[in-house]
Amino acid sequence: MTPLDGLTIAVPRGALFDPTVRLLADLGLDTSELRANDRKLLFEEIGVITMRPSDVPTYVQSGAADIGITGKDVLLEQASGRPGERGGGVYELLDLDYGACTMVLASKRGPDPAREALRRLGVMRVATKYPRIAATHFEQTGRQAEIVEVKGSVELAPLTGMVEAIVDLTATGTTLREHDLVVREEIVRCTARLIANPVAHKLRAGAIDGLLERLRAV
Amino acid sequence: MATMIHPIPSGTRDVLPDETREVRAITDALRRVFESARFGEVYTPALEYESVLARADMAEAAPAYRVFDEAGATLVLRSDMTVPIARVVATRYPTAEPPLRFCYLAHCYRGVPPQRAQPRELLQAGVELVGAPAPGGTAEVLAVLCAALDAVGLAAYRIGLGDASLYPSLMRGLGVPREARSSLLVALARRDFVGLGEQLAALELSPESRALLLEVPQRRGAPDVLEASAPVVADAAANMRAVYELLPAEVAARVIFDLGLVRSIGYYTGAVFEVYDPALGSPIGGGGRYDDLLGRYGRDLPAVGFALGVERLHVALFGEERGTGASLP
Repeated sequence: MTPLDGLTIAVPRGALFDPTVRLLADLGLDTSELRANDRKLLFEEIGVITMRPSDVPTYVQSGAADIGITGKDVLLEQASGRPGERGGGVYELLDLDYGACTMVLASKRGPDPAREALRRLGVMRVATKYPRIAATHFEQTGRQAEIVEVKGSVELAPLTGMVEAIVDLTATGTTLREHDLVVREEIVRCTARLIANPVAHKLRAGAIDGLLERLRAV
Repeated sequence: MATMIHPIPSGTRDVLPDETREVRAITDALRRVFESARFGEVYTPALEYESVLARADMAEAAPAYRVFDEAGATLVLRSDMTVPIARVVATRYPTAEPPLRFCYLAHCYRGVPPQRAQPRELLQAGVELVGAPAPGGTAEVLAVLCAALDAVGLAAYRIGLGDASLYPSLMRGLGVPREARSSLLVALARRDFVGLGEQLAALELSPESRALLLEVPQRRGAPDVLEASAPVVADAAANMRAVYELLPAEVAARVIFDLGLVRSIGYYTGAVFEVYDPALGSPIGGGGRYDDLLGRYGRDLPAVGFALGVERLHVALFGEERGTGASLP
């Protein structure tokens, strides 16, 4: 029996890549080529496909991969926690407990400019790469915020005065500190999660449950 | 002359002759099976009064598109055919002797999250069996479902069978506080087992109860999962077994028991089911018992039905033909 029992797994490139590869190696998967070749995307012989973390739910939802590993931040952003809203169409099976980071609201050091804007203008401007998580957070805490979506370094936005605050993911807080930003609120703690395609979860139940068992054991 | 491109809303499509021919072959086969099982075809208006459809608890599948008519009344585009048929039964068949059998091939309209390639307009094919209680009515409808899928030529499909009352009664039985139940059900419906575990950890429950509440809804597979779970979910397991025992062998062979099966529509009361095929990453259709719905329209009869997404069925057939998708173990 192969380590993944014939399942195809979507593996995230980026910060989650190394711990994920270690986990797969612990399961007995031959990860030598996966480590050696960072240009290759498809490793058919070991049932692995690699992609950026935000694409993992897409491939798993479509069934192109049976299971996948990605951050809770990605899952939240693709299906925010608003009541009545459908999930992302994937099953969230296991908290893998690595890749821990926190979604925070941060603003410039000193008197909080976001608070000041909210008090005097009734609304604060917030830059983020996670517009849904941010919008949900302000909705749930009953504050008005104008969300500005940016694709690159979010830290730039408050330094230039474009916004009063940012919502971003931080692991150690180093980047925030370097840009003279301080955490004002912690929104949600995010770790790596194992997700599964809903049809594979039924039709490959034995393989997926077996894998879950071994993941809980490592 | 430059081509003029006139857009249509995302999630809608034009269907051109090649595709129409293939879809027609599917719908013709479905209609033949439905009619030969004595389900009479009905058409109902795509537009209905919002206040009429709102009598049903549609939860996440509630109508999403509203318009106002010339008198200022709010109309909605129907989001399924089960609720309109419940209305038809109460209004047009107030005294008819049950059981009543209806089938339909009709477009329904759903609100969709942006940019997910999900359809707003979907062609559904299904049946409703009104006035036939569990387990006999459920078994009859499951047999029609399999006959329909066989007739269109789908080969590797399986039917997931669960019970909508299972988790609520498990929560009651294990002493989950009333105020915590709905949020646990939301986590389960989102299939967020990590979130479910976190919520359970925050409740005052014995470790055994906590483990059962997290683990039972993840049980699925052959009939032995039912045996193993019978002590904690006795009623639901008995209901599922009663249906299973009435199924013809070729239908029973397709069934996967799924103790965590939850449908996104709110009106289901008992057996629920979904159709899976390895060639498609999402369910092709599903259905279940809705024994309280007719009563809301004034004719209190138990009922059961299913709907298949014709486009999804078409994609699955195409996938099976090309040999794509995961193979069955």
